[in-house]
Amino acid sequence: MEIVLAILTGLLFAAGLYLMLHRGIVKLIIGIMMLSYATNLFIFLIARITRGVPAIINQAKEVLTPPFADPIPQALILTAIVIGFGIQAFVIVLIRKVYKVTGTSDMEKLNSTETID
Amino acid sequence: MNMNVAIVLTLTIPLLTAIAMLALWGKSKLQVFIGGLSTLFHLAATLWLFRDVKAQGIQLLSIGNWPNGFGIMLVADTMASLYLVLSAFMALMAYWYAISYIKSKTSLSIFLPVFFFLIFGLSGTFLAGDLFNLYVWFEVMLVSSFVLFTIGANRQQFEGSLKYVAINVLSSTFFLVGIALLYGLTGHLNMAYIAKDLPLVSNQQLPNIAATFFFISFGIKAAIFPLFFWLPATYHTAPIGLTALVVALLTKVGIYALTRFFTLIYPLQGTILQTVMLVLAALTMVIGVLGAAAQVDFRKILSFHIVSQIGYMVMGLAIYTPLAIAGSLFFVVHNVLVKTNLFFIAGSVNTISGSYKLKELGGLIQQTPWLALLFVISAFSLTGIPPLTGFWGKYLLARGGFEEGNSLVIGVTAISLMVSLLTLFSMTKIWNEVFWKPNPAGEQPKLDLLNLLKNQPGMMLSILAITILVLAISFAPETLINWCNESTSIISGRQNYINSVIGVNN
Repeated sequence: MEIVLAILTGLLFAAGLYLMLHRGIVKLIIGIMMLSYATNLFIFLIARITRGVPAIINQAKEVLTPPFADPIPQALILTAIVIGFGIQAFVIVLIRKVYKVTGTSDMEKLNSTETID
Repeated sequence: MNMNVAIVLTLTIPLLTAIAMLALWGKSKLQVFIGGLSTLFHLAATLWLFRDVKAQGIQLLSIGNWPNGFGIMLVADTMASLYLVLSAFMALMAYWYAISYIKSKTSLSIFLPVFFFLIFGLSGTFLAGDLFNLYVWFEVMLVSSFVLFTIGANRQQFEGSLKYVAINVLSSTFFLVGIALLYGLTGHLNMAYIAKDLPLVSNQQLPNIAATFFFISFGIKAAIFPLFFWLPATYHTAPIGLTALVVALLTKVGIYALTRFFTLIYPLQGTILQTVMLVLAALTMVIGVLGAAAQVDFRKILSFHIVSQIGYMVMGLAIYTPLAIAGSLFFVVHNVLVKTNLFFIAGSVNTISGSYKLKELGGLIQQTPWLALLFVISAFSLTGIPPLTGFWGKYLLARGGFEEGNSLVIGVTAISLMVSLLTLFSMTKIWNEVFWKPNPAGEQPKLDLLNLLKNQPGMMLSILAITILVLAISFAPETLINWCNESTSIISGRQNYINSVIGVNN
């Protein structure tokens, strides 16, 4: 299972970067989304996958005994998802405005900030 | 455990102000008044924290009173508190500047809450004691800066912001991957605990990979070559009054994070990244200054110069002797003050003449001799002409570099000294075009200091205040140099940081 998820993470990173390098601004936002999915999956994987053992202390015992699923990365992912969601919302509004103001969705044509005049 | 009031105040003042600003939407007089008080109190709180750190050593705050290393910890050492004071001072200056610069009521209503969220994010970044918390503060700061760059909504701003947002999202992704790797290796998020446990990791190649991710992520934020292209594409697009604080501090937050990471968690000494960083520092300096030489717009020249100056700070870190790192920190303080002042002056020139293009400007030495004088002080300081602050910063860096003795380090240091000459060239170009040559639009009415103060009170006050501080540091640099030395005594300082974070409760 871990190897499949590891390959999937790699594919998501590759796809995200590929889309970000595209000229279309809509592909940019899809790329950003893919990158954040890839990161979240990566954080999830880094805690090692443990199946069916939640981090709950047994009534008979005082402390948590391994093996158990590490809850911290899951908390991190939750935070990262929320932040990522906020940023994606902002980017979507931004590209809509960019399209309205400039009339193009081609990144190559958005170069008026670089010209020397 | 007693609560550390100074740390709490440093964070709560900007947060509460931001919320109040949202509640008082539209009542701009009241908003401006509360904001003014709040920036003053925030500066006072950071000074209080700085004094505490000087007197009692590292200040800690465990949120929720968790045992150390488990919950979120806020840590203020000398470096962090020095950055905090600097950012609070710049926030005050940027605030004065902004309220006199922004004429539109709608812009002001959007600007004020976001501005205080930005201060909140900045203060948190410097205080964060664990890596994930640092990430969250970074995002608070970045989202605020995204909004600030897009207020006003002209075409260039949107184009610049899109690039800025995209590259920063990429940077955050790399940051998270780095955090995940370090968590997987050590089982900690707290920086001191990671620093303690990282040498014990069995596979010593993996920390290098994590460090590379952090280097790329912070390198994008700091605008190191070849990751700097977003900066000259963005910084000149938005009105200066709105983005002054971002321009002043954002790249330096990158430098702060680099310094923190590569002195505490992953000591740079002798690693392959040290060589990479030295070479990149040299390239950053040279390419930034050459880029500036090609530009013909006041703000674009200054933007490229930020890149060039970032090279000096990274060089100080990469040389990795106590003196060089202290020099790097001194250079950050110098550069934040001087570079922001130059941007402020550019904004002031724009208010007077209505343009940033060198072609359309001219004759300001006749029109406003006072502004010309203030420009000269800052420009000379940026170039490093003694006895101004830039000279002391470059002196510390150069001495640190030449004492190191390694031929690569000496080469890079020599390049840094040559770059100063090219900096002088661009400053002379601005001087000739903006101040010295006759105004292409013909003779303009003369403005003396009183007129300037009357027309743009906040703007002139902040320019004057920064110039006075720059002069004060120039003629009495010893105190600041001592503070910088103290905060970056890397070997003892690192152990001290780890001990005080880990050692209180067990």
